[in-house]
Amino acid sequence: MLIFEQSRPGRTNSSQAPAQPADTSDIPQQFLRLAPPLLPEVSELDAVRHYTRLAQQTYSIDTHFYPLGSCTMKYNPRACNAAAMLPQFLARHPLAHPQTGQGFLACLYELQEILKAVTGMAAVSLAPMAGAQGEFAGIAMIRAWHASRGDAQRTEVIVPDAAHGTNPATATMCGCTLREVRTDHDGRINLRALRAAVGPRTAALMLTNPSTLGVFDTEIIEIARIVHDAGGLMYYDGANINAILGRVRPIDMGFDCVHLNLHKTFATPHGGGGPGAGPVGAAPLLAPFLPVPMLALENGVYRWLDERDCPHSIGHLSAFGGNMGVLLRAYVYARLVGREGMRRIADHATLNSNYLEARLTRAGFETAYPKRRASHEFIVTLKRVKEETGVTAWDVAKRLLDKGFHAPTMYFPLLVPECLLIEPTETESKDTLDAFVAAMTEILAEAHAHPELVKSAPHTTPVRRLDEVRAAREPDLVWRGADPGRGRDTLE
Amino acid sequence: MPFIPHTGPEVRDMLAAIGVPEIESLFDEIPRELRIEGISGMPAGLPEMTIARLMTERAEADGRYLNFIGAGAYEHHIPAAVWQLATRGEFYSAYTPYQAEASQGTLQALYEFQTMMASLTGLDVSNASLYDGASALAEAVLMAVRSHGKSRRVLMPRTVHPLYRKVVRTITRNQRVEIVELDYSRESGATSVESAAARSGDFAALVIPQPNFFGVLEDADALTDWAHSRGALGIGVVNPLSLALLKPPGEWGAEHAEGADIAVGDGQPFGAPLSGGGPYFGFMCAKQALVRQMPGRIVGRTVDSQGRPGFCLTLQPREQHIRRAKATSNICTNQSLMAIAATIHLALLGPRGLARTAAQCHANTVALRNRLVAIPGVAPVFSGALFHEVALRLPAPVAPVLARLRGERILGGFDLASDYPELADALLVCATETKTGEDIERYARALERTLEKTAPC
Repeated sequence: MLIFEQSRPGRTNSSQAPAQPADTSDIPQQFLRLAPPLLPEVSELDAVRHYTRLAQQTYSIDTHFYPLGSCTMKYNPRACNAAAMLPQFLARHPLAHPQTGQGFLACLYELQEILKAVTGMAAVSLAPMAGAQGEFAGIAMIRAWHASRGDAQRTEVIVPDAAHGTNPATATMCGCTLREVRTDHDGRINLRALRAAVGPRTAALMLTNPSTLGVFDTEIIEIARIVHDAGGLMYYDGANINAILGRVRPIDMGFDCVHLNLHKTFATPHGGGGPGAGPVGAAPLLAPFLPVPMLALENGVYRWLDERDCPHSIGHLSAFGGNMGVLLRAYVYARLVGREGMRRIADHATLNSNYLEARLTRAGFETAYPKRRASHEFIVTLKRVKEETGVTAWDVAKRLLDKGFHAPTMYFPLLVPECLLIEPTETESKDTLDAFVAAMTEILAEAHAHPELVKSAPHTTPVRRLDEVRAAREPDLVWRGADPGRGRDTLE
Repeated sequence: MPFIPHTGPEVRDMLAAIGVPEIESLFDEIPRELRIEGISGMPAGLPEMTIARLMTERAEADGRYLNFIGAGAYEHHIPAAVWQLATRGEFYSAYTPYQAEASQGTLQALYEFQTMMASLTGLDVSNASLYDGASALAEAVLMAVRSHGKSRRVLMPRTVHPLYRKVVRTITRNQRVEIVELDYSRESGATSVESAAARSGDFAALVIPQPNFFGVLEDADALTDWAHSRGALGIGVVNPLSLALLKPPGEWGAEHAEGADIAVGDGQPFGAPLSGGGPYFGFMCAKQALVRQMPGRIVGRTVDSQGRPGFCLTLQPREQHIRRAKATSNICTNQSLMAIAATIHLALLGPRGLARTAAQCHANTVALRNRLVAIPGVAPVFSGALFHEVALRLPAPVAPVLARLRGERILGGFDLASDYPELADALLVCATETKTGEDIERYARALERTLEKTAPC
């Protein structure tokens, strides 16, 4: 039931708003609203019960193993949230003078320094509000660098065919054109295709390493040489850096620019889809182009640098400098874990991934790159299962929900048929992984014995399989009232 | 090991199952010359107790100020239930609801959010949030240019938040969008249709802030009509709280009330703490005809295999994970948790609570203005009708006045001079519903003392 359907005219929470209506008679009539907006009239208890019930219908890290590949769904420590929600931090106005928030700014400055250490980059800006905005910043910086050298025709961005969708979309957002290069059968970028792709129009190569295929591209040094020799720059999509923290730095692999997803690697919550944070780091040649604001420490005082201090900056990405509360959480996480803990994250994320891959292989599942070492994630392909039983990766994912697990990422990367991309993260115990293997083993048996059971899954969730085709053909995006006939929008 | 549950025997068993002698072996494919021994330049880990103390000390050292700054981020009462519910693990630690059957709570909350935002703005559809108000405006500009098809020029009043204008430049520059700025009336503080009409050529859109950055109410009806008469879209930039009282963008227009085509803004007044600048959330609502040009995630209501109502992400072929280089935007992660918090916030306030809050913000700002202009030399900058925020001229340079007020733990407002050189000595102030008569009096007394000490300019 929607909150609107629980609404009763005249029901209010009088303690949550001013007791008396204030005088607004000075606002001329022409500016005023005639009919009130459609908002529910419910009691505080109604609302609390309603949203508690909705929460209970949602799988999350706190309630379920959530092996969503490429998303690094690790535990979000509660201490990080508690610190970010200290009342003085929450009350801080973004335009308040820096003098009034030196403690707040100290945390952010130290986070900048930590991210420099982790990536090896010369400078870091905390401004981007998510990974995709970090990518935008990076490619915009690279374009600005080329332009500053009179090389403005470099507008082509190269990505591997297995790249995250944000990479090609970012190229478009930055006014660039896209060139895809293919991936070899062992998960490495095809060097011959790369050599053929680079040229005088190459702006950058965007790459994730370990790749979206869950393997480390061992030829990264040669890849960087090819791109640099052609006059292009190297962009590191930090989505998978959890796999190599404290073991390999993007700068040493030849990257000129990097973004990190703090909502992945630095354990800040995903919040049902956000907010995240996507700080961007730059090698010395790109550092002047970083987005503002950035924090400086001058004579023991923290202050924000803006475009007056950084005249080559690509500019502002948000009104107020970024998702500060997310950055505070990441800072606390980094301080809790510390430098020695960074490497342990990579070690145990990789251990969990390889263990799960070995166990699932033994249980009869086929992996996409059995000859390669898994990084923090790996791919199971259900091509053969589908041929034998008709059960698809989609079906297996849905059946996992019945067994008390969130599903892995499905059908990504696109080049592996019927794939599940599985990322356990370092915060899961062997017991949890073993239970997941048991569930997968059961589903494999069910696929052969009772394929319909799997194909009609899930059975135990609050709703069964949803009609996504109808959702797209007859979009109902906004509730229009109790009359169901009015609830459906018709498209042009 | 913090947040790593493995025991020694478990690690040994796991390595044995993999068939390697040690964890080190799992990295043997990585070229030796790339490997580092560890991270230098980063402090060692500390226990939670120590970090909690450090953070508390820093927060206490920052302290709290009596705040009269608005300028796009507003201090409001947030019901205690909002964040107690929003930080429940199920909302807090879930990801994007791609697995609809396991994410009905997030999806339904976002569907309710879309309904509330569409109703507040008077438009047909809403997405499930963007990063912030400024980046939402940039996305709206790109959306207008895509749907217009002919012109890549967009008219941007100088009364739009200066930081929003900067963000629009950063985000649209590489797509060859030309932003044409429109000046405002020095007398009223509003953008005139005449200043727009003086520009020749085609435009994809006109941006209409309501209220504008100075708190002045624009003639949104006339501006919308003018935009449509020129074949341009109208993009409203609104403070969503104001929509409890002010005419929604979907009804703008004097002649036919065709309405703005897109409305964007920052949702921060709905349940997001100031938090130094974020996280807040951007919202975007639009007319039905533009829905397939919208960026970001959208939730739809549908039915399950048993015919029961349910929710899922929909119209995904607009998005990067499906359409890649042809997507409407590169946005993936958005600000869902903030949108969920806003939904809870709005449910708790209801239509009456929201209207009372908005009215109180306005009345308190008017009271603040009336009290401050009683101080010799302090005067309103503009004559136009206002909502919830006001620009005042001081008889002295603003920066040293604000510094003195800080000494009394008062944040006295936003100095307009750096973004508007023609408004030297002008201060933008706001008193939300959180301010009492005593707070306003305390500010006024402090300002009086400060101005007495400051030489007139």
